[in-house]
Amino acid sequence: MTETQATVTQVPVTVLTGYLGAGKTTLLNRILSENHGKKYAVVVNEFGEIGIDNDLIVESDEEIYEMNNGCICCTVRGDLIRVVEGLMKRPGNFDGILVETTGLANPAPVAQTFFMDEDVRAKSRLDAVITVADALNLLKRLDDAPEAEEQIAFADVVLLNKIDLVSPAELANVERRIRAINPHATIHRTERSAIDLDKVLDRGAFDLERILSLDPEFLEGEDHDHDHDHVHDENCGHDHHHHDHDHAHHGHDHDHHHDHPRHDNAVFSISLRGGVLDPQKFFPWIQEVTQVEGPNILRLKGILAMDRDPDRYVIQGVHMIIEGTHQRPWRDDEKRESRLVFIGRKLNEEAIRKSFEACLKAA
Amino acid sequence: MPSIQSFPLGAYVVAASFLGDRPVFALGDGKVALVDGAAAETLGVHTGGLLAAARTEARDQLITTGDDGRVVSIDASGTLKEIAARPKKWIDQIATGPGGVLAFAGGREAIVVFPDGKEKQFAHERTVAGLAFAPKGVRLAVARYNGVSLWWVGTDAKPTEFEWKGSHIAVTWAPDGRHVVTAMQENALHGWRVSDGGGNMRMSGYPGKVKSMSWSIKGRFLATSGAEMAVLWPFHFKDGPMGKQPLQLGLSAQSVVTQVACHPTEDVVAIGYKDGSIIAARFADGDEARLRKAEGGPVSALGWDATGIRLAFGTEDGTAGLIDLAG
Repeated sequence: MTETQATVTQVPVTVLTGYLGAGKTTLLNRILSENHGKKYAVVVNEFGEIGIDNDLIVESDEEIYEMNNGCICCTVRGDLIRVVEGLMKRPGNFDGILVETTGLANPAPVAQTFFMDEDVRAKSRLDAVITVADALNLLKRLDDAPEAEEQIAFADVVLLNKIDLVSPAELANVERRIRAINPHATIHRTERSAIDLDKVLDRGAFDLERILSLDPEFLEGEDHDHDHDHVHDENCGHDHHHHDHDHAHHGHDHDHHHDHPRHDNAVFSISLRGGVLDPQKFFPWIQEVTQVEGPNILRLKGILAMDRDPDRYVIQGVHMIIEGTHQRPWRDDEKRESRLVFIGRKLNEEAIRKSFEACLKAA
Repeated sequence: MPSIQSFPLGAYVVAASFLGDRPVFALGDGKVALVDGAAAETLGVHTGGLLAAARTEARDQLITTGDDGRVVSIDASGTLKEIAARPKKWIDQIATGPGGVLAFAGGREAIVVFPDGKEKQFAHERTVAGLAFAPKGVRLAVARYNGVSLWWVGTDAKPTEFEWKGSHIAVTWAPDGRHVVTAMQENALHGWRVSDGGGNMRMSGYPGKVKSMSWSIKGRFLATSGAEMAVLWPFHFKDGPMGKQPLQLGLSAQSVVTQVACHPTEDVVAIGYKDGSIIAARFADGDEARLRKAEGGPVSALGWDATGIRLAFGTEDGTAGLIDLAG
């Protein structure tokens, strides 16, 4: 009986992160004011410069709760659970939820809320983490602020903002650094957070059904001519930053594509690639890796070929939480291979690589 | 046979209750519906969503709170009165006590409004996630991260703090005053003896969060949602429920319990399920009476009238109704 099954549509949730001053609020105001026919409920840390006043905007103190399950990295945003619960008492009044984090926030608790809380999970789904980064200051932030690295590591989409304030060589350098942390985020170059909203909304980045490929996504060049609706005034407040970025680039050789030298706690990614996996070996292994390395793993994603399985198996995870599903049959023209990407800190790349290879089906 | 009268109200039913003889339903879209005979009259109360509602102990008013930052009372004649306002705050917690005292919260501060209209604030380091008055109304329990704070509302004394690691998301105070019990994020209850903060009663094993708690007459049992059956913890023993098996009533093979409401005069509990069905179950022998078949959305509200003849109910998908046990 279909009548007894109330159709529950999961409301998409977009998380906006970005270091202080990167342009998050500008993006948020754009999303709220543009005429796209959709209505968003917005969770902000403070009303601040939100230019729009409506009853669907809620100011919420970020409240990080540890889950009582013995895992210190299993943290959730208690306030978000309450806000989502409240919003679900009037479904249909909005099309999606936007969560703006503070500039100093680690995005993990927000993301984990959408995995860990049964009610939130039943009624909403994490659509994507959008990170607004400041092309002028990002390198410096990546060196001195772990949160800035985490925000890049978690991103599905990076808006590389304020590109008008840097040279092409500097821009390339910043993008290289982003790629070293997170090879799979889609990077959009923007000025004043000007972007087609369909590039940041409804991305389905956490939808296992929509994981298509783990090939690094190359820069999606923005049409720089479309943002004619604003003028470049002199109020950007960037002049005093100029000496900063020179310093930040100090010691880099722009002509060579070697990685930025990693500091001990730097976030980096490990891309694993292999043939068909033995599921009897792989599943215990991924459980163990995520248990042991969970605190160091920020995100992981994989498209896997399992022995005697006609389907692509896809997995994703945040810290210790992993989920996986059979996605669809492998097509005849597809090479049956396994790809797995870890983004994290202090990961023992060699050990992970070797133990992953031990999960491959014996030839 | 019980008879059922239904009202399609079209919005999430946050609370179902009675003001005197008049059934009343608080709705997630900011409205309140008062039933008059065969008709339900809806009144706009909040400009945004309505987040929480509680009936006064005198059964003469429903107090509602919303994301418009207002706390409003409504009586059986439909008269609205603004009790408090905190613009831009989402007021999502409300509790009522004897003599007309009430408390609300929308953030880290709990605000008590005394019968004479005076307000008093109680600050916490973390967000107030649940409120409950002690039976005499002179103390207030506040559920928060890592425990519960018990305030003497008439004094400036520091609160008594009961600590237990984790996020406590609701609180209830036993009718005999001896225990406070919280619901936790981790699908468990935690109880303390009020006298000394001891006991540390852990009641776990729920597959889901406990969203609904109801004390049976004289506080003998605490009925709870969150499992495939209603779980009723015995509190009439000296040490509370520790070491005792809870009563388990209304086991469902296909659904889970979303709401419970103990009968006001009998050892009977009304149980609402995720599939929309409602039953009444007797403590003594577990005998069940089916009150509503499975249909529509999850049961989101249940409330008995003072005599226990009529049960008001509501669902997440906007159906409200009355079940009359007298037929």
